[in-house]
Amino acid sequence: MKSPLSSTILFHVGPVPVAACVGATWAIMAILVLGGILVTRRLSLVPSKTQAAFELIVDTVDAQIRDTMQAGPGPYRAFIGTLFVFVFVSNWSSLVPGVEPPTAHVETDAALALLVFFAVIWFGIRAGGVSGYLKTFATPNPIMIPLNFIESITRAFSLMVRLFGNVMSGVFVVGIVLSLAGLLVPIPLMALDLLTGAVQAYIFAILAMVFIASAISETKPPPAVSS
Amino acid sequence: MNWLAFASIISAAMAVSFGAIGPALAEGRAVAAAMDAIARQPEAADTISRTLFVGLAMIETMAIYCLVIALLLLFANPLLK
Repeated sequence: MKSPLSSTILFHVGPVPVAACVGATWAIMAILVLGGILVTRRLSLVPSKTQAAFELIVDTVDAQIRDTMQAGPGPYRAFIGTLFVFVFVSNWSSLVPGVEPPTAHVETDAALALLVFFAVIWFGIRAGGVSGYLKTFATPNPIMIPLNFIESITRAFSLMVRLFGNVMSGVFVVGIVLSLAGLLVPIPLMALDLLTGAVQAYIFAILAMVFIASAISETKPPPAVSS
Repeated sequence: MNWLAFASIISAAMAVSFGAIGPALAEGRAVAAAMDAIARQPEAADTISRTLFVGLAMIETMAIYCLVIALLLLFANPLLK
């Protein structure tokens, strides 16, 4: 059985090998970008059916950001929304025959977790400046500096392993069942896989929001106590 | 099959089976507590279920770590190279 940690090489660009999951990632990126351009090409005040459906998605993301981060969704909508839509589409790309979800490979998840890791730093610095962000490592007191430092790395790591483990285990189990039993047997497992994929995309976005919100809220000075 | 491969397979199976016990019990408790909370306060269901999802993801990570350890033992074992 093929190891879930290995990847099949699709073709070479010069000396650089391009794996199948990277090709799938590019295809998903192209589809999302083209779809976004097509949908937003003719926006009208009175929305058409397509526009209303996509506005519903944006509104839902906005509401989640507002509820989770207790802040206006403006600066975070692009990052969080893209993260959610990309992870969602790549988790469900296993529906297309012959495509393995890119998130079932540890490299894609590592890249996504790295994005969240840098986004936390970026938004933290934007909210409180470099010194304000660095001070959050010393809360509640300087003894916590090494722990907070390690935490910021391990939570990116756990973000990676969580997404990888969930999606990969779904693909893996479907493969095992298919090799043991007949043609139609894995279908319930694939349905379960879709549910897990949707939930994991949601959780990935929510956790990114929670991490960014914690970096932002700690940089703000505590509200003055009025007597 | 040498003894190292044998031990790796056994320990991979043990890692998953015993590693799943704790998170399974914990997720059961978390869901039960959330159900209780929603039954008492249905208007807070949105917040509770969102927090529940995040918490379940955190708990589930423990089981996923065990799975990753098992896969490392089976497919990327440094001792068997």
